[in-house]
Formats: sequence, C-alpha cells, structure tokens
Amino acid sequence: MKHSFLDRYSDLDSFIHKLDPRTKFIAALAFVIAVVLTPPTEWYAFALYFALIACVILLSKVPPLYILKRALVIIPFVLLIAIFIPFFKEGEVAGSYNLWLWEVKVTYSGLIVLWNVTIKALLSILSMIVLSATTKFTELLNGLERLGMPAVMVMILSFMYRYIFVLVDEAIRMRRARDSRSFGGKRLWQLKTIGNMLGTLFLRSYERGERVYAAMVARGFDGQTRTLTNLRFQALDLYYATGFAVALAFIGATILLGWGS
Amino acid sequence: MKKAIEIESLSYSYPDGHQALKNINLNIEVGESVAIVGPNGAGKSTLLLHLNGILRSDGTVKVLGTPLEEKNLKWVRSKVGLVFQDPEDQLFSPTVFDDVAFGPINMGYSEDEVRQRVREALEGVGMDGYEKRSPHHLSIGEKKRIGIATILSMNPEILVIDEPTANLDPRAKWELIELLRGLTVTKIVASHDLELVKALCQRIILLDEGKVVADDATPSIMSNALLLERHGLAPKGGSRLKLKA
Repeated sequence: MKHSFLDRYSDLDSFIHKLDPRTKFIAALAFVIAVVLTPPTEWYAFALYFALIACVILLSKVPPLYILKRALVIIPFVLLIAIFIPFFKEGEVAGSYNLWLWEVKVTYSGLIVLWNVTIKALLSILSMIVLSATTKFTELLNGLERLGMPAVMVMILSFMYRYIFVLVDEAIRMRRARDSRSFGGKRLWQLKTIGNMLGTLFLRSYERGERVYAAMVARGFDGQTRTLTNLRFQALDLYYATGFAVALAFIGATILLGWGS
Repeated sequence: MKKAIEIESLSYSYPDGHQALKNINLNIEVGESVAIVGPNGAGKSTLLLHLNGILRSDGTVKVLGTPLEEKNLKWVRSKVGLVFQDPEDQLFSPTVFDDVAFGPINMGYSEDEVRQRVREALEGVGMDGYEKRSPHHLSIGEKKRIGIATILSMNPEILVIDEPTANLDPRAKWELIELLRGLTVTKIVASHDLELVKALCQRIILLDEGKVVADDATPSIMSNALLLERHGLAPKGGSRLKLKA
C-alpha cells in the first residue's frame, strides 16, 4: 500500500535543506526555549518570532499551506486542554455569562494563560514542523546521534520510522478482512473484535521483532550499534547559525529593553 | 572435495516441545547449489537457522571444516550469509545504504571498505542508485534483491536463502533466479517452488516432518512423482496435473 512520507518535502533543494541536521536541530531547540521563556504579555516579541519562522519557511521553499495544515492537526489538542483555563483561573473578571442555572466567569489572567499556552505551542509546533519538513528523518537521526543522543533511543526511533507503515498496512489488511466478513452486529461484540485485532497486531509485531533480531544477528550484530555518516558542517551552517542567533538575540533585547511596551 | 557444511545427528525441539528436526545428517560441498525442499512445516527454516548458529542444539554443525561454537560465531556469520524469507524482516534500516552497510560495519571494516562493499553489492544485484531510498517505498522484487545485497556485502562463501521467490510475480521471480544463477558462491536454497529448484539447483534434499527423506540429484527426485506426491510437493493422484520433470 502507498503511504505518504513522514518527512514529505524533505528532498527539496533549498538553503535550509542543505544545512547540516545538527544546525537545524539546535536552532529549532533554541527557538523553542526562547519562545517558552518569553513573558506572555510581550505581544511585540511574538510577532517577531512569527516573522522569523516565516522567513525560515520562505527560505525552505516548503509550501506554507502544508505547514499550516500540519499545525492544524496538533493545535486542537492544545486548545482542548487550554480552553477551560479562563473559566477556572481566579482573578479580575472579564465577563460573566448565565448558562441556564450556572454562572460562568472568564478572568483576564485566565485569558492570558490561554493566550500564553496557545501562542507558545503554535510557535514551537511550527518550528518542529519546519525542522521535520526540511530534514530527512534518517539524517535527523544521524544528527541526533552525533549530538550525543543515546544509541538505543536513536535505534528505537529508526525502527519506528522503518516499521510504522508496515504495521499500518497490517492493521489495514486486518480491518479489510474483518469488514468483508462482518455485517453489523452488536456494539459490544464489535468492540470485542477490535480488542482481538489489537492483540493479534501486538503478537505479530512481537514475532516480527524476533525475526528482525535474528536477521540482525545473522549479519554480525552484537548489541552495539555502529553507523557511518556523511554529515559535515559547511560555511552555510555558520551563516545560518549566526543569522538565527542574531535574530533571537535581537528579540531577546527588545524584551529586556522593553521596546515593545 | 572440500565440505562447505557438515551436519551430524542434529535434532531440535522448539520450547513448546514440538520436535522440528530429527537426527539430520548431511554434507554440502563447496560450490554446490543445493535445494532444501519440503512442505510447509517440514523444518526447512529451522534447519537454515542452524547453519549460522542462530539456533543451536544437539548434534554438530561444521562450517568449512570448523565446528560451530560460541567463540567463532562472528566468523561463521561472515562465511554463511542468511537471507530471511520476508524482506520486511531482512531490511530493518531506515535507508538501503544503512542496511547493506550493516553487516560490513559489524564485521569491523574501515569506512572506505564498507562504502566500496555496499557499492559492489548493490551493483551485483542491479540496484545501484537506491542507496538513499527507504525500503518501505520499494517493490517486493526490489526488496528481495536488496535483501540479497545486504548479505553479498559481507562477501560470504555460503549463501543461504529462505524462499527467495515467495510472493514474487513470474517476471520478478525469473529475474531473481537469473541473478542467483550468476552468483558463484555455494548456495543453499529452501523452497517449495519446484521451478526455481529445477532452474537453480543440481541437488535436492527433501525434508518432511523434520527428517531427511531423500537426498539426490535434482532430475532423479523430480522424476519420482510418487515421492513428490507423498511429501506434499505434487498434486494427489498426480497423473492429470503432474508436473513435467
């Protein structure tokens, strides 16, 4: 079965794509940390963060609509958690509404927390999407390994990348087999079938794990992972790292000097 | 002639008590191309797993004259290359390059040598240029070829393949048979695809219920319709649908 790539658009050719994955990873991490540390009332700074990430997206040639769509997949989860905060946070009341027998109050401080969570989540998500859309997953893993991520973690991620669609295919085939023999039935019975399918999927994955391990052992695997890498820092990485650091420092300065307010 | 594999009184039971191999004795000479055939559940795959020490049990297995032991496993695995049936198991790395390089890296070759071996192995199976691809986005035929390349890159003297033509369409299957015919190493192929066996192997070892029931040249086993029928390799009562040997 055909699946879209986890790292779609990662084989485009742009300034950002040519960078070493380590540079991009560190830049994205620095960006997230800076965003998280910014006080929520620095409206100006958040606009600048947006401008910065928009610049990176434009440079990367990845369609902005694709990045927005991906972000829209994750944002609802953030909103689902954050949406109730304004109603429960104590403080100055911004408005109150009567819902039948229940009076609902919204507070200013609660609204600020909602804004804080949403905007920071959105910016962080955008930076991670840009990172994954401009870096091949394998190169990202390679970069993480060079940056000192434990080999076991890298291996787990690389197996995830390799086998996620194999598993999805298996699940789809099982569902088809079920659908072609199932004609409704009671809810409870359907749930039971789903439970059985999950169990079967787990057992099959477990058995596949054993076979994969045998295939690794057959090729001399002794518990130690060793990989080759083509990664090399270039002049481009220096330009990008400097430019990005200067941009972040500038935003930081605007906050500290209070230019925005 | 020099012996590639010698097996003496090998028996194996699975942890659940099911006896998969019963007192197997056989010799395979260097340069031979041998088929291990038998119905499903005959013990073919279990036998293959003994050839490079993934499974070990009673009885002795000698590889190129050296008994297989714990301390020479690494050497054995560099000499006996085992290709598994399902390419999704054989190819476990995120890219084709990583997978073909996996064996040579574990063998401790230098970086240049690893790259050289990967290039040669991929050229050997006609898959050069696929280095950066992810195995998931390849056809089954391509995966099978790359699976063989992952073993060829270790330069083994004995190539052991489990069901090389399973799930292949006829064109991919014959292309693969051509590829295997072109390899000069000792070949041990487990299969119940008799077309493959006829095209590739001079000798057949017939396995059923964990025992060797016949061991002879390909034409003499293929012409023995009764034997094939008795061990589930030809249709019952044969004459109407009989395979032409």
